[in-house]
Amino acid sequence: MKYFAIIVFSISTILANAQNGSDHGLEIANNADLADNGFESSEVKLKMILRNKQGQESTRLLETKTLELVEDGDKSLIVFNSPRDVKGTATLTFTHKQGSDDQWLYLPAVNRVKRISSDNKSGPFMGSEFAYEDLSSQEIEKYSYRFVKNEQYEGHNCAVVAQDPVDPKSGYTKRLVWYNLDEDYRLEKIEFYDRKDVLLKTLTYSDYQLYLGKHWRAGTFQMVNHQTDKQTTLIFEDYAFKTGLNAEDFSQNSLKRAGR
Amino acid sequence: MNRTTVWSRSGVVLCLFWLWATPTLQAQSTLEKDLQLEIELENRFFFKEGLHPGQERNYLSLGIQPELGLEWKNGDRRIQVSLFFRWDQQDNRRTHFDIRELYYQQVNDKWEWSIGFKKIFWGVTESAHLVDIINQTDQPEGFDGEQKLGQPMFQASLLTNKGTFDFFYLPYTPRRQFPGSAGRFRFPQEIERNDVSVDSDLKSWYPSFALRWSHYFGPVDVGVSNFYGVGREPLFKVDNQQVTAVYPIINQTGVDLQLTSGPMLWKFEGIYRYADFQDFTAMAVGLEYTFSNVAASGLDIGLLGEYLFDSRDDQALSNLNNDVFLGVRLAFNDTQSSELLAGTAIDLDGKGIFISAEGSRRIGDNWKMSLESRIFSGIEEDQLAFFFREDSFLLLKLSKFF
Repeated sequence: MKYFAIIVFSISTILANAQNGSDHGLEIANNADLADNGFESSEVKLKMILRNKQGQESTRLLETKTLELVEDGDKSLIVFNSPRDVKGTATLTFTHKQGSDDQWLYLPAVNRVKRISSDNKSGPFMGSEFAYEDLSSQEIEKYSYRFVKNEQYEGHNCAVVAQDPVDPKSGYTKRLVWYNLDEDYRLEKIEFYDRKDVLLKTLTYSDYQLYLGKHWRAGTFQMVNHQTDKQTTLIFEDYAFKTGLNAEDFSQNSLKRAGR
Repeated sequence: MNRTTVWSRSGVVLCLFWLWATPTLQAQSTLEKDLQLEIELENRFFFKEGLHPGQERNYLSLGIQPELGLEWKNGDRRIQVSLFFRWDQQDNRRTHFDIRELYYQQVNDKWEWSIGFKKIFWGVTESAHLVDIINQTDQPEGFDGEQKLGQPMFQASLLTNKGTFDFFYLPYTPRRQFPGSAGRFRFPQEIERNDVSVDSDLKSWYPSFALRWSHYFGPVDVGVSNFYGVGREPLFKVDNQQVTAVYPIINQTGVDLQLTSGPMLWKFEGIYRYADFQDFTAMAVGLEYTFSNVAASGLDIGLLGEYLFDSRDDQALSNLNNDVFLGVRLAFNDTQSSELLAGTAIDLDGKGIFISAEGSRRIGDNWKMSLESRIFSGIEEDQLAFFFREDSFLLLKLSKFF
């Protein structure tokens, strides 16, 4: 209902302002959000390959569970399976559309659950080129939008939308996001601009698959840091949707059980 | 109660529980197995000669920790086994074995049931763990008391929209091990584990019970707990250099609270413990502020400040009766997960300073190097830690994970 209101509002303002850039940008982001609505819950295994300037690689294995919520942001549970010394470490995150996210960390060596600050948006996740904010649930309310242009990208009709993070703690001044207009607004590429508005990183999505006839998921995320020449590849395996997860599966008890 | 009886009793309990668990195990085909092993080699080097005869300067030691997890019904049924073995070159009391975990767990919707040996942690502060009371301290493992012995228990946990309720029945309390004659961190005379008895005819089989309610309200996490039974901390009496000890029957009420506000964490832990010969209150209040991703380098710098109060004054086993703890935590967030935590506890009555530092870094994918140091300075004669005043040390540890 809320989304419907936003769309009606955007359409009416579009008519009034004759293709105002900011509203068209928001409309695209809303369409992308709507296109992926209704997956309810998902589970996936994740391999993260870190590559430094010299090409040396190290690998991490993770598992994530996500619960889709409509009124508020999604809930997610991430478990680390490797490297071995951090095996069993797990995080539980309640994303909020407004305000700070709630986040708990489970440390298996001392069986301790710690509430941690979710303020660290811009820091690297597990020593990778992905910042925490790149991997957290992408809620519409977290950015302001500006339509830039339509262009061909890798043979697809794409809309390029500039997104400015609402949170001043973000590591970016803006992101440029390529939405695929031929394939349900799925993301093809994101460019990240640092606090000095210099291009910092490029994320490209590939090996897309369509699940349940509706949900596009990329099998590979490739993040390149242009300032350090480091790269991180995420490979997603065994995607499962509507797996029957509910709120009880995202409690501190389940965080402890997922860890160990 | 001698050790053999204890083990055979635990054995009977575990066999019964195995019989109960086995049919369900066979009924479900998708069994997930997870086996891992950690081996660590460490050397503790003490800067000074020991106060007591027989003590050494270098303590080489080996730790082995195998773990097995069996899971079925999508993780709603689980058997977890974690064993621990320590060999110490010098201190034969530090050479020990413990069942850290050996339990069966079953999840039914909002209920979670566990039976067997488990480790439970409660609390929020860093320099003291007042509220945490379920497990006995594995004293020879470390002076800081962070390592715990496995505790046999029956646990039921209920998830409601008014918070999580935990109930514990603890049939047996393992007693603390004390350093041997060659060990550091000991009193002038050796304390035999079995000489410190429980203040009851049932001895270690005096049952203990605990209840805990925990919940969160937006940025606030809260826990309220009550424990009745055998105190995990022996009550020491120092009389003319002679130390005697007993485990009292206690009732302890505890509260832990954390407010997470942006980069700042506000923390509180408080307990009231009642026993026949002693009742006291203790609390820890503190904060932790994190500067994250400093200068876009990935480095997180956390500043910690905690105040510790204990109404037992100089008889507080932790020695933290009116102290301030100041610390800094560095997390480099690099590929090797390098981190460092350094801090100092300063006695506000001017009775001594305690400094600690610990750091670690991964090497390759399966190795880890850790460094740890504890330093005592200016400890006054009326403090329990006066006996440990020459026990400042540096520890180097290499761990391999399989």
